[in-house]
Amino acid sequence: MGDSTVHIGLLLPEVLGTYGDTGNAQVLCKRLQWRGFEAEVVPVGLGEPVPSTLDLYLLGGGEDGAQVLAAEHLRKHPGLRRAAGNGAVVLGVCAGLQVLGTRFRGQDGVEHDGLGLLDVVTEPGGRRAVAELVATSSEVLGGEPLTGFENHLGLSKLGTASAPLGQVVRGTGNGDGTEGAVTDRVIGTYLHGPALARNPALADLLLTWTLGHALPPLELEEVEQLRAERLSASRRRRRDS
Amino acid sequence: MTVRSPFRTRASVAAGRLTAWLSRSSGLGRGGMIGGRVTMKLDPHALRRLGRERTVVLVTGTNGKTTTSLMITRALEALAEVAANGTGANMPDGCLAALTANPEAPYAVLEVDETYVPQVAEQVRPAVLVLLNLSRDQLDRVGEVRSTERELRAAIGAMPGTLVVASCDDVLVASAATVAAKPVWVSTGRRWIDDSTACPRCDGQIVQAREHWSCECGFARPEPTWTLEGDLVRTPGDRLVDLDLRLPGDANRANAAMALAAAYCVGVPPHTAAARLRTITDIGGRYKTIRRTRHSVRLMLAKNPAGWAETLRVLDEDTPVVVTVNAQEADGRDLSWLWDVHFERLRGRQVVVAGERCADLAVRLCYAEVPHWSEPDPIRAIDRLPPGGVELVANYTAFRDLVGRLPGG
Repeated sequence: MGDSTVHIGLLLPEVLGTYGDTGNAQVLCKRLQWRGFEAEVVPVGLGEPVPSTLDLYLLGGGEDGAQVLAAEHLRKHPGLRRAAGNGAVVLGVCAGLQVLGTRFRGQDGVEHDGLGLLDVVTEPGGRRAVAELVATSSEVLGGEPLTGFENHLGLSKLGTASAPLGQVVRGTGNGDGTEGAVTDRVIGTYLHGPALARNPALADLLLTWTLGHALPPLELEEVEQLRAERLSASRRRRRDS
Repeated sequence: MTVRSPFRTRASVAAGRLTAWLSRSSGLGRGGMIGGRVTMKLDPHALRRLGRERTVVLVTGTNGKTTTSLMITRALEALAEVAANGTGANMPDGCLAALTANPEAPYAVLEVDETYVPQVAEQVRPAVLVLLNLSRDQLDRVGEVRSTERELRAAIGAMPGTLVVASCDDVLVASAATVAAKPVWVSTGRRWIDDSTACPRCDGQIVQAREHWSCECGFARPEPTWTLEGDLVRTPGDRLVDLDLRLPGDANRANAAMALAAAYCVGVPPHTAAARLRTITDIGGRYKTIRRTRHSVRLMLAKNPAGWAETLRVLDEDTPVVVTVNAQEADGRDLSWLWDVHFERLRGRQVVVAGERCADLAVRLCYAEVPHWSEPDPIRAIDRLPPGGVELVANYTAFRDLVGRLPGG
């Protein structure tokens, strides 16, 4: 796309959109527009091929069956893989993270191929992780703690080509003390649903990568207040338990 | 009709009632569940014994359970006494408490949480099951709506003697109820479709063509015998019944159409049922207007995206709105659903965010570009508004707490 508008692809929202996942597209779009950039959300449905021309791609959460369907669609239409190869920014949340990995196995025990954009293999765990998730973040996020909600059965193992996004402070994350995965400009996380609403640093990292330069600061009092509240609630619960 | 229960059931029922009375009179609870819990502990088969001796209507779905149950109860009261769990205590112990509280009633109308339908239906063998709608709700507790549909489908397949009254316009409901031996299809119109763009049978794409929908795999909208047409309900005999409800909104008209169909299955003529529905002015405080010194506050409950979509439609345009949100166990701990609500439609109104999780709501409204201010205590939020009307929308526990605190609520 030749114009200066940033095109944010919201991939397969009918199957990967269980937990308010459109929120991430909205957060990215507004954070660009409020800083004077043109931005547009482009939903890409199951009935159509995946364009390789978008700037940023979002994959949300979904059930096992829906996840398999999404993986098949994204393998059949190479738009996302091609775009990522050309440097497009990708965020996968929960099922989205697993689809971006090399392989995942669902509850039914069947192994499926992922897209291989992250060096991650996912197996079902013994117990569903449903709780608030807090993680420290790596340097790219300026050390800002990650906060959100997780709801998944999968345990993900990172290979050498992916680095964790952070280390779990509270909750399950990948299942081995790490949370999420990063390879180049592709990020996966178990902070599900509208994760970017609570984690503006992560949102701005994706946007910085997309634009190729740093962004002016954007202070939102509501967001700071929510972060402070959730992080302190989580500290309180840790002390109590 | 005298109920002849085995001694154990009778003794357990007595113990349960005593506990319910203690819970109410001590002010510790409402007695709606704890009594049932005690009876169940003492006699695990009490639900089966108390349920099978009468005609039971079960009501389930994501939204409208309490309202529709009250409608059906009102309609069946034209025939005889009805046992009902009208307070929204819709787990098995709440159902049992309702049967215990009224052991003589020949009819029972029980609203049941979607995930408990298989268990309760297996025990009470209902004459009628009403399946209203299925959409995303409390994802942290209940799991995804599509697995709920599969469990309901299996349960319905195992109830050959039950009439299943179901909406043919809700794809997930249709999928679950198609396996019924005796389905009764009601067209209530399509509103919330975000959870049904993928086929529940084959994951293919559901194609819409006006009121019809279908999938390549052959799964398609069943033909209704009851149809909601504006404020009228067309019956299987092709007669039109005027609803003229006291409750606002299309969602309540849809509930009423389902209630007429269910009551008809039990033997209440539609015109009789409709007249009785008009006596309902509020449901446990919902839609009720509370007069305070400086404000008149209309109370509304919205606890998930589909419920909110309906509520946004009935909110008065020029009246300030207080939205109060909690995330207790009964609400669901995960507030991701706030991002599936089109709060953008509140732009132009004066909006106050309240409740234990008003900070989450504030961020959602910030990104929806809806100016607002925060006041965690909803009653203080009302009091800080200029004199006049207030629309108050709360989710489950926020609503319950508020009704408890408001005189006249």
